[in-house]
Amino acid sequence: MNLKRLLAVSYKESLQILRDIRVLIMAFAIPLILLILFGYAVTLDINNLPLGVYDQDNSRESKEFVESLVQSGYFSIKDYVKNYKELETLLEKSEIKIALVIPRNFSAEVKSGNKIEVQTILDGSDANTASIGSGYLSGGLLLFYSKIAQADNTPAIEGKIRIWYNQDLKSRNFIIPGLIAVIMMIIGALLTSLVIAREWERGTMEQLIATPVKSSELIFGKLIPYFLIGMIDLLMAVVLARLLFKVPFQGDYLFMFLASGIFLLGALGIGMFISILTKSQQLAYQMAMLTSFLPAYILSGFIFPIFNMPLFLRIITHIVPARYYIKILQGIFLKGNGLQILGGEILLLSIFALMMLTLANLIFKKRLPE
Amino acid sequence: MLEILNLLKQYGSLVAVDYLNLKIEKGEMAGLVGPDGAGKTTLMRILSAILPPTSGSARVAGYDIIRDAEKLKEKIGYMPQRFGLYEDLTVLENLNFFSELYQLSKKQKDEKYKEVFNFSQLEPFKDFLAGNLSGGMKQKLALSCVLLHTPEVLLLDEPTRGVDPLSRRDFWRILFEQQKRGITIFISTSYMDEAERCQKVAFLDKGRLIAYGTPKKLKEIMNEFLYEISCDKTREAKSVLEKVDGISGISIFGEKIHFTLREEKLLANIKNKLKDTGVEILNLRRIEPSLEDIFIFLKQDKIEIRNG
Ligand SMILES: Nc1ncnc2c1ncn2[C@@H]1O[C@H](COP(=O)(O)OP(=O)(O)O)[C@@H](O)[C@H]1O
Ligand SMILES: [Mg+2]
Repeated sequence: MNLKRLLAVSYKESLQILRDIRVLIMAFAIPLILLILFGYAVTLDINNLPLGVYDQDNSRESKEFVESLVQSGYFSIKDYVKNYKELETLLEKSEIKIALVIPRNFSAEVKSGNKIEVQTILDGSDANTASIGSGYLSGGLLLFYSKIAQADNTPAIEGKIRIWYNQDLKSRNFIIPGLIAVIMMIIGALLTSLVIAREWERGTMEQLIATPVKSSELIFGKLIPYFLIGMIDLLMAVVLARLLFKVPFQGDYLFMFLASGIFLLGALGIGMFISILTKSQQLAYQMAMLTSFLPAYILSGFIFPIFNMPLFLRIITHIVPARYYIKILQGIFLKGNGLQILGGEILLLSIFALMMLTLANLIFKKRLPE
Repeated sequence: MLEILNLLKQYGSLVAVDYLNLKIEKGEMAGLVGPDGAGKTTLMRILSAILPPTSGSARVAGYDIIRDAEKLKEKIGYMPQRFGLYEDLTVLENLNFFSELYQLSKKQKDEKYKEVFNFSQLEPFKDFLAGNLSGGMKQKLALSCVLLHTPEVLLLDEPTRGVDPLSRRDFWRILFEQQKRGITIFISTSYMDEAERCQKVAFLDKGRLIAYGTPKKLKEIMNEFLYEISCDKTREAKSVLEKVDGISGISIFGEKIHFTLREEKLLANIKNKLKDTGVEILNLRRIEPSLEDIFIFLKQDKIEIRNG
């Protein structure tokens, strides 16, 4: 490989990127829009969810529990009721989204340190909101639990009940790392799938392969600008996540950028591989969509939890690189994990990147298709 | 400088280049002439080492097209039939890109730019996007880009197709200048007047080389007499001529018919036959064949001339 030639290819590619508004939109505008959209609108966190309470216990403990729910800001008490019938009416009229029934033995169970159970009734017509609300409710219960435990200084149960990593229970905190993985796939696979195909379609490849440029100079030269775009997007995402969305960041920034670089190389490798294989922009785009973007979106655990999937899909998720990357990002963001814990995932992503880049270099021939 | 040995290229059952043999000496300008689909582009691509032949071999600038493909590419300048530069880059950016690919030093670059701007007159347009240039200017830019590394052999695939006559003349002026410096040029064209300007001409038809030589030599191939006749009923005249023994080639050029005659004395007989069918001869004269006549004459398979 000759560095001068490689850089010449990178420079040429960068000029073309800067002059192509469609590429610029895909490279920077779409990631930005996605971040804002998911950060704000899909802040699945719901505030002041109307809650109906049927407190059968009516004890100090049960009142404290309800109070703690209100304090969290997620719920507002719409009404205290005396029986199930009233709860039903409230739900039917959609005055409340969620109903909470505190059992008679609540305070007794709390005092004895047993597992507490509360009953929740959800408004099925707005399942999304309701199920998120129910998630918060159980979270709130756990928090309440841990408070009692700490107050009573009973370390025996403390370990079980703390909500560790997403202490304020914000779905945003999980979504942003997943979103970063999706954005990396847009740059890596979708955008890059076009780069070789474009040269074939425009007829510039015929001229290019008749020069002494080496395949590797061409492939890596073209990758560099897209790698930089990916890294810029990552920076943008992290800055937004920290400053605008206040997502906690426990880990090491350098480690996150390194891990992301490895994932991005793999994504770029797939894009390149597809682009070389198809020689047509449209086909390449569709293939990249199917093999990279959609799996990163659907099968990575970003939107749909993996443990909820049917078995065969769950098996497939193991070959979706984004799955490991999301795990790495969540680990770094929320738990402050480092190489010791995420080493396995990093290794998998490294192998994947190496494989894809090697494959791309192997299948690229300075020949016209037959 | 360029030697082709039994070159065969098949696309499935279609034979695009049919066991072709050809040799072009250093410093020669050779034209490749043939109708659309004759196999010109296929041949040029094989010689540029970007398309593998089915069988046979070729050496260009001393390198084998298969074994030394990459070394060969350092020594040649290939201009594809379709514009191969970046339309979204400026003239200067295109030149810069190719001079980096060919690894020109700063000094070489300065010298070459001066030279190509001098012959192409593109300097005032150096900050124009290549896509905004006229057809003629685009071709001059493409030629400039493949001349930057001072190649030994130029392979040009119909570079003047669809270019206005003035630019065509310009383009040829540049080619002659390059030839004077010792560059070997192999250029395909569908314009016979361009072929006439080459030192050697290769006729290609359905992938087969039907003749190769200097334009003068090629015209001598026709050891028969070529006549041009114009008459009132071209169609009838043609069918009469087709039945005459001793006429070996007939072709229609608009209102005129060209035909070749083995013996001059048959002419009287022909005149009589035409009169009998009611065709009035307006003009009948012997003419010197053009390359086009030769090509048609050869294509009709009346005689076959192999290379050499
Ligand atoms: N990639 C290809 N696949 C199949 N057939 C092809 C291909 N390229 C050219 N051909 C065929 O080979 C013949 C020669 O084509 P070409 O070399 O382009 O001729 P020319 O340049 O003289 O017009 C044509 O019949 C053409 O259809
Ligand atoms: Mg052609």
